[in-house]
Amino acid sequence: MRGKGFGILVTFCVMFLFWLLLSGIFDTLHLTAGLVCSAIVALISHDLIIKGDEEKILSKSFKLAIYIPWELWQIVLANFDVAYRVLHPKMPIDPLIIEFDTTLQSDLALVTLANSITLTPGTITIGITNGRFSVHAIAKEPAEALTVDGTMQQKVADVYMEW
Amino acid sequence: MLEIVVVAFLAVGIFFMVVGAVGLLRFPDFYTRLHATGKCDTLGEVLIIVGLLLYHLFHYPETPLVCVKLLFLILFIFITNPTATYALMRSAYKTGVKPWKLGDERQ
Repeated sequence: MRGKGFGILVTFCVMFLFWLLLSGIFDTLHLTAGLVCSAIVALISHDLIIKGDEEKILSKSFKLAIYIPWELWQIVLANFDVAYRVLHPKMPIDPLIIEFDTTLQSDLALVTLANSITLTPGTITIGITNGRFSVHAIAKEPAEALTVDGTMQQKVADVYMEW
Repeated sequence: MLEIVVVAFLAVGIFFMVVGAVGLLRFPDFYTRLHATGKCDTLGEVLIIVGLLLYHLFHYPETPLVCVKLLFLILFIFITNPTATYALMRSAYKTGVKPWKLGDERQ
């Protein structure tokens, strides 16, 4: 029951901050309306956003905060990779579709890994069926970087604490 | 000085958007075209928004909420862009669009 109260509280705070951000008006009427709406939303939908107990969520958020800068750097690399392939006169592409298994379990971890694959150099996720990823790679090297070394999968598993 | 930084962000952002468009025209099939647009648009849009954010922050400091809203736009682009790319990929794959292989004709 303690976990539930925590979930409601966090959802309420996030919702109310978002209300303040979008309205930008700080008089009594708007603040009260915001409080009431945030409370209703938090009561109805807290279990959509926050699941599990509080310590896990805090350490997950912390690890996610470390993961995101690494991911941003990968996005920059991905763009230079694509720019090189697009602007090179001979267009060095050799597309192939690869499949590999993952040990990740939760939906959120799978979504993070799928979006990370799409944003990193040379690969886009096509689908996930029963823990098996299909990935379209634009050339051989990015495909091998994904399947052989598996750094990204390890990092996502670290963030969501699934080993 | 600020103008130079802002223009640099906008210029690099536009460069990546243009690369995305060129890739859309040059690449041979649906999947490889998505590689160009899905990636370049993400970084291009984000860089342009960062440029606008800096400009607003220094020229109109009396409305800082606009900057926070722009930050949220960046966050949403990072979540929705790969998801939309994935949705297009998956539906193309499921409806049997054939991936291009080295040596094939352009589609």
